[in-house]
Amino acid sequence: MSPPPSNASRRGRGFGAARVAGRAANLLLSIGFTFLGLLAVTFFIGRVVPVDPVLAAVGDRINASTYDRVREELGLNLPLWEQFARYVWNALQGEFGRSVLTSNPVIDDIRRVFPATLELATVATVIGVVLGVPAGVVAAVKRGSMVDQAIRVLGLVGYSVPVFWLGLMGLLVFYAKLDWLPGPGRIDLLYEGMVEPLTGVILIDSAIAGDWDVFRDALSHVVLPASILGYFSLAYISRMTRSFMLAQLQQEYITTARVKGLAERTVIWRHALGNAMVPLITVIALSYGTLLEGSVLTEIVFSWPGLGFYITNSLLNADMNAVLGGTVVVGAVFIGLNLLSDILYRLLDPRAR
Amino acid sequence: MHIRLLPAAAAIGLAVTLGMAPAGAATPANMVVMAWQIDELISLDPAEIYEFVGGELSGNLYDRIVFYDIKNPDQMQGGAAESWTVSSDGKTFTFKIRDGIKFQSGNPLTAEDAAWSLQRLVKLDKGPAFILKEFGLSKDNVDQKVRATDAKTLVFETDKAYAPTFVLNCLGSWVSSVLDKKTVMANEKNGDFGNDWLKTHAAGSGPYKVGTLRQNEVIMLDAFEDYWRGAPKMKRVALRHVPESAPQRLMLEKGDADIARNLAPDDLDVLAKNPDITIRKVPQGMILYLGLNQKNQYLSKPEVTEALKWLVDYEGIEKAILRGTRVPHQTFLPEGYLGAINDKPYTLNVEKAKALLAKAGLSGGFKLTMDTRNTYPTMDIAQVLQATWAKAGIQLEIIPGDNKQTLTKYRARQHDIYIGQWAPDYLDPHSNAQGFAWNPDNSDNSSNKLLAWRNAWDIPQYTKMTEAALAESDPAKRKAIYEQMQRDFLKVSPYVIMFQNVQVLAERKNVKGFEHGPNFDVVYYRNITK
Repeated sequence: MSPPPSNASRRGRGFGAARVAGRAANLLLSIGFTFLGLLAVTFFIGRVVPVDPVLAAVGDRINASTYDRVREELGLNLPLWEQFARYVWNALQGEFGRSVLTSNPVIDDIRRVFPATLELATVATVIGVVLGVPAGVVAAVKRGSMVDQAIRVLGLVGYSVPVFWLGLMGLLVFYAKLDWLPGPGRIDLLYEGMVEPLTGVILIDSAIAGDWDVFRDALSHVVLPASILGYFSLAYISRMTRSFMLAQLQQEYITTARVKGLAERTVIWRHALGNAMVPLITVIALSYGTLLEGSVLTEIVFSWPGLGFYITNSLLNADMNAVLGGTVVVGAVFIGLNLLSDILYRLLDPRAR
Repeated sequence: MHIRLLPAAAAIGLAVTLGMAPAGAATPANMVVMAWQIDELISLDPAEIYEFVGGELSGNLYDRIVFYDIKNPDQMQGGAAESWTVSSDGKTFTFKIRDGIKFQSGNPLTAEDAAWSLQRLVKLDKGPAFILKEFGLSKDNVDQKVRATDAKTLVFETDKAYAPTFVLNCLGSWVSSVLDKKTVMANEKNGDFGNDWLKTHAAGSGPYKVGTLRQNEVIMLDAFEDYWRGAPKMKRVALRHVPESAPQRLMLEKGDADIARNLAPDDLDVLAKNPDITIRKVPQGMILYLGLNQKNQYLSKPEVTEALKWLVDYEGIEKAILRGTRVPHQTFLPEGYLGAINDKPYTLNVEKAKALLAKAGLSGGFKLTMDTRNTYPTMDIAQVLQATWAKAGIQLEIIPGDNKQTLTKYRARQHDIYIGQWAPDYLDPHSNAQGFAWNPDNSDNSSNKLLAWRNAWDIPQYTKMTEAALAESDPAKRKAIYEQMQRDFLKVSPYVIMFQNVQVLAERKNVKGFEHGPNFDVVYYRNITK
């Protein structure tokens, strides 16, 4: 597939380092501008909404002197540009101020809620990939068959059924009726506080501590919400896999491989999927990123204290520090995933090296 | 804050599918688990608490100087103080501190701790400080006015004579929580009086101490074995954050929760048929009302104000929308408060309203707007009112907004009509009288922006009455003033008071002794048994 190494490309190595450095600089610059844009947009939206952040901080029955004091504490008496400059400067240092709602430093709150989301999103994505990719491949290979139709219907259902309904039904069936799985929450109250929170991801913490009872309990708690979220990414990933695979299967190299007498299994799973994997990485990374923003409805139904609920709640309560902090984290997650998929691209596709 | 993102459809679907109750698991016998929406918890520091969850917890983590007695509301109960006297001029309260109370740290509780706790609250000057500042206390004078004269005697001086019932009611709230001075000061940082540490810790002498605390997830309280009234029966109380009603119900049915606190009407209907569950309703102080801005050319006419009171389908709204979460109530003092009367002269009467509007020369109809928080139940009620008022020729435009948006506008007096709720700050009628009936300065830049001011209602005579009631040392006379004001208000006030809140508690049958009073800070766990 990759062209034979030519003299030209070997000579090109000399420029390579400079080109990589140039690319990295470009990348950093675009990351910087993206961040600044992000900060500017959230900041100015926060200022134009007709909500008084002082009231959000102290309730509506304070007297005038307390009101003025809090206003000053929040820096709201400064000129707008100065408030913005302060925000940007602090954000660069990971300092987002205190959340009005929880009264903790925003960064501490995020450290608390993000691991919960990370745990849920990661398990969900694993479910989505492990089931979604093969389903997509099979659907492409058996195009038009009953199997393809069944996978399509499954995908459509996954895409169109509201997640809270699915969540409630899941709880009703697997928790209330069948008693297979535990109810809402991340861990049983009996195991509360048994494992030292190192990363905040209970599955990892309990594995590190070697406390397999806690691990099993945490796993049984994450199964249902992660399956429900995973179903959504499964639906998306299988649809995309199917269409990428169809495109690959029509290529001439596939015919060549078949003519060469390679086993059909190898042709499909190695050659075709190997190539379809490249665009698929982006799809998976994006759907992972979306899950890492937090899924507020799933979090509410399952009492899962994650980022989605935190940001939504902050938004509804005009808690601008928390919204800004959360947005920056989500932005950083997306940029990080972008980088990651860039790197994976290069590993999978020699042409991109 | 309450996000209710799950549409009713889901709840109905669930109700239909769930014909039968699931098999029961159970929580441990010495532990009680509550499923509750606890995301509003900001701080456990009594000097900072200003919301329901924190207020409730404070009553179980700390002793107060005196306690509100749920079973006998007319009398205060001793707490850290076993008795008290009031000087003849009504300005000096002397409390005798009970012997043998120990803090959870093992330190003895003294009058010095009590005095310091009150001084601290005033000096920190956070949300609840105003409750004590009402007595003329300030940063500069609090050390002289509130003091320990010896280890057993606490003196509390006010700037003028107030009704003793008022002073004691205020001190029965969480503001008088007695903190362990030594422990708190050992955790002080940069002169914050230990505020940062106390956000997530407690240094009290109450029946429970803080075990695990993770905001938005779980709060576990562990029994304090040396509590002066005896160790509580439940070794643990776990408050589990469950934001939605349907999962709360499932957990209660399964026995994974013993008490559920935020059930929606649909879920309550189902639970009412479950023999394992008891449902209790406790009247609460919060009042749901309309505020009619007197700057508005129509609303300032007394006939219009009265007509609107006849244009509310109190019963219909209760049955169709509120469904047991609130009960009709038309006076400004909620049931359960000193002096409250429960007169309900108004019912839906479109003809009468039309006649009143005609008398005001407005039979041709007119337009009004209503700033409405875009959640249940305000939005639903506003829509019913819109339909009802149309019958009398009033064209109502609903302006939906987030709570903070509507409140910002209300406080700027830019509304026509505001629909919203008001909760008293402490268990004394003055909290509401001050809110609804006190407006010493009706100018736009007044520093007191309470409800009468927000609705631009200039009422020197009621402002005087409110102040007189506040100073009245005879409880019977004090009561009479409030009763008179409420009767007048029914007729003339620019408030259409409609409903009073009810706290609905669903408990497993074996749970007994969970005491819930008429205000959020008088909820006690120590007598719970299973």
